[in-house]
Amino acid sequence: MLDLPPLMDRREAMKLMSAALALAAGGCAHPPLDQIVPYLEGQEGRDYGEPLYFATALTQGGYAQGILARSNMGRPTKIEGNPRHPASLGATTPIEQGRILELWDPGRSRAVLHDGEIASWDELMTMLTARLARLQTSGGAGLRLLTRSSSSPTLLALIDAVLARYSQARWHHHEPVNRDNVHEGARLAFGRPLEPVYHFDRAVTVLSLEADFLGCMPGKVRHARDYMQLRRPDDSRSPMSRLYAVECMPSLTGANADYRLALPSSRIGAVAAELAARLSRGGKASSAWLESAAADLDSHRGSSLILAGEGQPAQVHALAHDMNGRLGNIGKTVDFIQPPVEIRELAGASLAALAADMHAGRVDTLLILDGNPVYDAPADLEFARALERVPASIHHGLLVDETAQRCAWHVPAAHELETWGDARAFDGTLTIQQPLIAPLYGGKSAIELLGLLIGELGYVSHDVVRATWRQRFGDQQLEQRWREALRTGIVADSASAFEKVTAAENPTAPPAAHAERGAGGSDAAPGELEIVFRPDPFLWDGRYAQVAWLQELPRPLTQLTWDNAAMMCPRLAAQLGVQNEELVELELEGRVAEAPVWIVPGHADGAVTMMLGWGRTSAGTVGSLRGSSAYALRSSRAPWFARGVRITRTGRRRPLASVQGHHGMEGRDIVRGASLAAYRVNSGFAKKKADIEPPESLYPDVPYPGYAWGMSIDLTSCIGCGACTIACQAENNIPTVGKQQVLVGREMHWIRVDRYDEGPPSAPRTAFQPVPCMQCEHAPCEAVCPVEASVHDAEGINVQVYNRCIGTRFCENNCPYKVRRFNFFGYTPNTPILDAMRNPDVTVRTRGVMEKCNYCLQRVVRARIVADRENRTLHDGEVVTACQAVCPTQAIVFGDLNDPRSQVRIAKSSPRNYALLGDLDTRPRTTYLARIVNTAADEPV
Amino acid sequence: MQVFSPGLVLALKIGALGALAAVVAGLFLWRRYIALEPAMGDPVVQVVPFSHKHHVGDDGIDCRYCHTSVGHSAFAGIPPLSTCMTCHSQLFTTAPVLAPLRAAFAGERTLSWNRVYELPDFVYFDHSIHIAKGIGCSSCHGRVDQMPLTERQAPLTMQWCLGCHKDPEQQLRPPTQIFNMSWRPPANQRELGHRLRLFYHLHSTRLLTSCSTCHH
Repeated sequence: MLDLPPLMDRREAMKLMSAALALAAGGCAHPPLDQIVPYLEGQEGRDYGEPLYFATALTQGGYAQGILARSNMGRPTKIEGNPRHPASLGATTPIEQGRILELWDPGRSRAVLHDGEIASWDELMTMLTARLARLQTSGGAGLRLLTRSSSSPTLLALIDAVLARYSQARWHHHEPVNRDNVHEGARLAFGRPLEPVYHFDRAVTVLSLEADFLGCMPGKVRHARDYMQLRRPDDSRSPMSRLYAVECMPSLTGANADYRLALPSSRIGAVAAELAARLSRGGKASSAWLESAAADLDSHRGSSLILAGEGQPAQVHALAHDMNGRLGNIGKTVDFIQPPVEIRELAGASLAALAADMHAGRVDTLLILDGNPVYDAPADLEFARALERVPASIHHGLLVDETAQRCAWHVPAAHELETWGDARAFDGTLTIQQPLIAPLYGGKSAIELLGLLIGELGYVSHDVVRATWRQRFGDQQLEQRWREALRTGIVADSASAFEKVTAAENPTAPPAAHAERGAGGSDAAPGELEIVFRPDPFLWDGRYAQVAWLQELPRPLTQLTWDNAAMMCPRLAAQLGVQNEELVELELEGRVAEAPVWIVPGHADGAVTMMLGWGRTSAGTVGSLRGSSAYALRSSRAPWFARGVRITRTGRRRPLASVQGHHGMEGRDIVRGASLAAYRVNSGFAKKKADIEPPESLYPDVPYPGYAWGMSIDLTSCIGCGACTIACQAENNIPTVGKQQVLVGREMHWIRVDRYDEGPPSAPRTAFQPVPCMQCEHAPCEAVCPVEASVHDAEGINVQVYNRCIGTRFCENNCPYKVRRFNFFGYTPNTPILDAMRNPDVTVRTRGVMEKCNYCLQRVVRARIVADRENRTLHDGEVVTACQAVCPTQAIVFGDLNDPRSQVRIAKSSPRNYALLGDLDTRPRTTYLARIVNTAADEPV
Repeated sequence: MQVFSPGLVLALKIGALGALAAVVAGLFLWRRYIALEPAMGDPVVQVVPFSHKHHVGDDGIDCRYCHTSVGHSAFAGIPPLSTCMTCHSQLFTTAPVLAPLRAAFAGERTLSWNRVYELPDFVYFDHSIHIAKGIGCSSCHGRVDQMPLTERQAPLTMQWCLGCHKDPEQQLRPPTQIFNMSWRPPANQRELGHRLRLFYHLHSTRLLTSCSTCHH
């Protein structure tokens, strides 16, 4: 991030200049020789300098996402998906990509703190030992543990060991973006809390009741892949699924739906109730939208799916389960398993109980393992004030965050990539997590800390995790199965068995009014404005606020970076008389927050949405004081939506850094699309004149007899999640620039995801388009470069030669796709620890140099060398670009255009293939496959 | 009227020449400053005075005994200390010159070698592909088997790299000769090189001289 030094006066400048001159004249010595430090012991089968990949998992909310973490000479540098892991299948979400920066973050906590002063681990142990001895006599009354929701067998066993030792102690768990409604909904429907597992690859008709299964739910990467199995318009034998979505704030799911209905969250329960009535009793639904959805669901019994989002009340979930049961979908498109995360009590209730006890002075010793309740607990619990009544509070976390500052003790936590552990995926599959590096900043794992409580002072996470698995695998098979689990990243056959479900007594037909209330929202008079809380797609509940990559990654539906806003539809904004960036005050039940307005086409009328995770006050230099905290308004009674919010104008403004200022195509065919029916009639609709017959060119045709690299991006598959952008950032050492620089359009992403809204602002059709460098064969950038810094290589990649570049920026001006990025400043910080994080295969660019996508040249070269060494040609799929690898839906295909059987050639032979701005005769190597949606033929696309 | 006296003119001329000389000297200094260190042909002093002449020339140890990954990694690899100790736990066990090695192997302190060959960070050189495609060690590293202390034998400038990338035939060796320190191009190297180029399936000169072959 860029930090300009304060301006200096003339004398200061003269002093520095003369000092620099004197140094230049007098210090004519070479830099010291570089050193090579050899290993002590050789490692059989390992090649010096070659990257190694470790299979492990990262968790969020207790749900594991399998990954392969790349280690270059012992330094974790990049995260890839684990193809064997059911939640990944080789891809990841944007958040996992950012977690490598979270690991290296120089702002992480480095020391044990006592009342804000540096203390030692030994001092903490002394304090704790004395305290625990006293607690043991009282059976541990007043001892409380607070963790995040967890699925880890090891951690849960340790917690049980603590509870066994101190009979009066209690364990609480807290997750701001929790799945309470999901589990409670299953309890209403089936009599016990269960976790639904969806099979989108079998669901031909899907109705989402504000369930953002592509962007928010555990297993979303897998869902996206499965969902796209049935969205292959070129495969005429496979049916194409149809997605109906009802939601308030446009989400990835809504944007990708064939039919979307915008309603305030509180009214979605009524829709569910009406639909249930229509499906069970027949008749006609009140609206055409609902009727067509109902008819579609009705005609796809056993191959349809209705699902509700975590923000919808439990009753809506119960209704969805009931409808799925009636439609015969249970066991076909949805199954149920024991919840992977441990829920002895629901997360919301668990934290509320703790807060009540704290207020009442019944908590003596509180151990907060990895959580930040002072920041993210519901406002009505007044957690910070409750914490003041706890005599001994110990916080364990990556940062000295809001909670750490108010606790008596703080212990730096080890990152998930620094410690052993285990966790379950959304379908119950277990992964043993292995560390890639010893704790960089002296962090301790939760296992070590819990060990203290049961009198084990020297717990090592490896031994404890292995002991758990010794029990499960048995002594005989331990070594073999342990190694196998670590090698593959999953414990074989550990997915949870599907439960047989039977409907509970009288589960259904809660009246509409009932569905509207419940655990999700508060009731109030109609006509009142509603506020909806959603997790930020990248900062989540705020825990990733210190990760600059995630801060600067444009939000899929707002294109905002570094800030959040009060989001509303154009009509409500006009009604309030506010415009974008105008600060408004939101008041709910006496609590107040201030946020700038951002108008979002397609947002439901009568509601305003705020993303959680912003407004951190103590998240390091990167994460602090960015955006406005929605937690100020969020109560435990209405954690997802509440009515009765009042909005008043302040007349002030806060500029918002959006990377795209215009979302209309203005009649140009940038994203080409059609309905499935129209495509079946006219498959060549996407071909324009320039695609069929390239115009005459003044440039000579250059032959590419060897490999000719090319890319195809399928706009039908692209869900717009943004994973490609951040994976590219991680792979190619792309710097972040900060909000001020984004405001002047200087973001550096090599692949951006553009969003286009067509149609009326109240109900637009949204399309996403990832735009990397097009690698034009007739590249406009090359003709204008005075120093040949922009040239083609022998395989057709348009390369940027950093050492030649003198920064005229002519190329950027002549690029019709605006994909070139200029280093206006030295954006890459001079932080030694971050140097260790960077990809050693990619040059770090300096100030004054142009840069852009080069098809992950380093991966091409590396793969080519391996093939050349073996005297063979590259196989198709051997070179995988970073964006391609991370894409959950495999929308990006890369390969050799000279290989007639390559996937990219097959993709480009689709009638949907077209070139962006092809009439400019740039002959791009990257082309697109037109977007097909499954709507009726006559509807606009 | 003459403004400048002849003496002053002389002084001015000498002064101007002096300034010119200073600029030239400055340029030379600057060039030396930006040159890679250590200079070509300067033996590099190491903590342990490791002699390739002794190990390779006299004892006949193959390059790959220590530089194990040269055939399948970008880096040739510096041997782990355990490799040194396979012999030196038996030989010269009390030699004072090996004291740092023994101390490092016992974990008392680290042993750091000074780099002899160093490329800028924006250049990506891969040993394995050169080995696989008929470029021998001595083509770039010289007669290492005759160096008591290792010294740099190639300028490592882009011009030098391209000299071979434009015309690899002059340096291609048969696969059996890669690790032969005393290999010299035979009289018919042109013809041999041409045949070897086909044998090794070398890429086109266009690709070998593309920027992206070494810079990414």
